[in-house]
Amino acid sequence: MLKKIAVGTLEFVGRYTIDMVKAIGLMGEFVGDTMKWLSRKPLRMGAAVDQMVEVGANSFPVVFFTAMFTGMVLALQSHTGFKRFGAESMVGTVVGLSMTRELGPVLTALVVTGRAGSAMTAQLGTMRVTEQIDALYTLAANPIKYLVVPRVIAGTLMLPVLTVMADFVGILGGFVVAVMLLGANPVLYMEKTFEFMEYNDMFSGLLKSMVFGFIISVVGCYQGFYTEGGAEGVGTATTKSVVMGFMLIFLANYILTALLFSNGGGGAKF
Amino acid sequence: MIFCENLYKAFGDNHVLQGVDLHIKRGESMVIIGGSGTGKSVLIKHIIGLLSPDAGRVTVDGQVVGDLHEDELNEMRKKFGMLFQGAALFDSLTVGGNVGFALKEHTDLAQSKIDERVKECLEMVGMKDVERLMPAELSGGMKKRVGLARAIAMNPQIILFDEPTTGLDPVMADVINDLIIKTTRALKVTSVTITHDMVSANRIADRIAMLYQGKIVAIGTPDEVMFNQTNPAVREFVEIGRIIRQTEAVQGRHIGAQ
Repeated sequence: MLKKIAVGTLEFVGRYTIDMVKAIGLMGEFVGDTMKWLSRKPLRMGAAVDQMVEVGANSFPVVFFTAMFTGMVLALQSHTGFKRFGAESMVGTVVGLSMTRELGPVLTALVVTGRAGSAMTAQLGTMRVTEQIDALYTLAANPIKYLVVPRVIAGTLMLPVLTVMADFVGILGGFVVAVMLLGANPVLYMEKTFEFMEYNDMFSGLLKSMVFGFIISVVGCYQGFYTEGGAEGVGTATTKSVVMGFMLIFLANYILTALLFSNGGGGAKF
Repeated sequence: MIFCENLYKAFGDNHVLQGVDLHIKRGESMVIIGGSGTGKSVLIKHIIGLLSPDAGRVTVDGQVVGDLHEDELNEMRKKFGMLFQGAALFDSLTVGGNVGFALKEHTDLAQSKIDERVKECLEMVGMKDVERLMPAELSGGMKKRVGLARAIAMNPQIILFDEPTTGLDPVMADVINDLIIKTTRALKVTSVTITHDMVSANRIADRIAMLYQGKIVAIGTPDEVMFNQTNPAVREFVEIGRIIRQTEAVQGRHIGAQ
C-alpha cells in the first residue's frame, strides 16, 4: 500500500515536472520567435496601430476610473493616518510617490491584463481552434509575424502611455479629495506632491510598465496561440492568461523594484 | 509528386499514424477516406508541413518537407492551396481581403490587379459582389466557396480539401463537389481530398485510399476500392459508395463522365 502511494506520488511529481519543463521550453521558444520576428523588417505597423487602439485607447476609460479612485482613496486613507501625528501636509507626497513608483504601473498592468491580455488570448485562441492560424501557415504567412508581433509592439508601447495617464489621474484624484473634502491648501498640496518626487520615480515606473506591457502581450498571445479544445479551451486559455499575467507582473514588479530602487532609492537588495 | 513514406505520428498515447505509405501522382484527384479520428487530417497536415512526423518522411516534388528551412517551407507552401473543414476564413478581413491575402503578401501586384484576380476567383466559385462582406455574414456553403476561391488565388499546383462537404446540406454538398471537379480540372491541379462522405468520394476521386488504424489499407480506382476489397472494415465503410455506383450502373450513367 505504502509502496503504491510512493510510486503514485513520484509519478505525479515526475509528470508535473515534465509538463512544467515542456511549458517553459515552449514559452521560451515562443518568446524567441517573437523577438526574431520583431527584429525582421518590414514590421506590420498598420496592424500594430490597430492593436494600440485596442490596448491603449480602448483601455483608457477603465484605467482612468481605476487610477482616479485609487488616488482618491489613497488621499483619504493617508490623511486619516497622518492626522494622528500631525503630518497631513504629506498626503500629496504619499499619493504622488505611490502612484508614480508603484500603483500607477501595477494597477494599469493588472487592468490591461484583464481587459486587453484576455482579449488577445480569446482572439488568438479562437483563430487557433477555427484553424485560422493553420490557414496563415498554408498561405506562407508566419502567424507570429502577423498576429503576435503587432500585439507585442502595442502592449509594450501603450502601457507606459496608460501609466503616465494613470499617474496623472491618480494624483488629480488625490488632489480633489484632499482639497475639496479634507480642506487642504491646493498650492501647498501640489508643492508637496512634487517636492520629494525625483526623475527616477517617474522613469522607473515607466520602465516597469514597458516590461509589464511586454509580459501581458506575450502571455496573452502565447496562451491563445497554443489553445486546444474548442470553445471550452478558449475559456480555459483566457483564464490561464489572466492568472499567469498577474503572477508574472507581481514577480517582475518585485525584481524591477529591487533593481531600480536599490541604489539610493531606498529599495531592497534581493 | 507527393510521397508519404512510412509515416508515424503519435499524440501522447494515441498512435494516429502507424506507417502510412502513399503516393499521389501529378494531376490526379486522390481522395483519402476513413472514419472520424483515423488521422486523415493529421495526414494532410503532414503533407503541407503543419505537422512533423515522429518517423518517416513526406516528399513534395523531390523536396523532403521535414528538411526544409522556414523560408524554403514557405516557398513550397506557395505551390499549395488548402480548403479547410470550416473554411478558416480570417474573421477580421472582408471576403475580398481573404481571397486576395496571399496575392497582397507575396506578389507585387497593384491593388487594382489584386481586386481583378479576387473577382475572377470568386466568379469561378459562383460568387459575385461579395468582396465587401465579412465572413460572419456568410452561410456555411458560401464560406466554403470563399475558402476555395482563396485556395486557388495563387494558381496552386496542388489543392488540399479537408472534409469539403462536412456540415453542408446534400444540395450544397453537391454544389461543392461540382466546384471541386470544375476548378481542379480547369486549373489542371493535383488534388488531395480527405472525407468520410462516400457520395463526395464517388464524385471527385480518380483514386481512393482508405486510412484505417493508422495505415493505408486499400488504394485504387473507385471501382477497385468499392468492389475488389476483402478487408471487412473497407467493405463496410465503402458500402454506400458501392450502392451508389451499382445504382448508377443500372441507370446507365457513369459518374466519372460528368
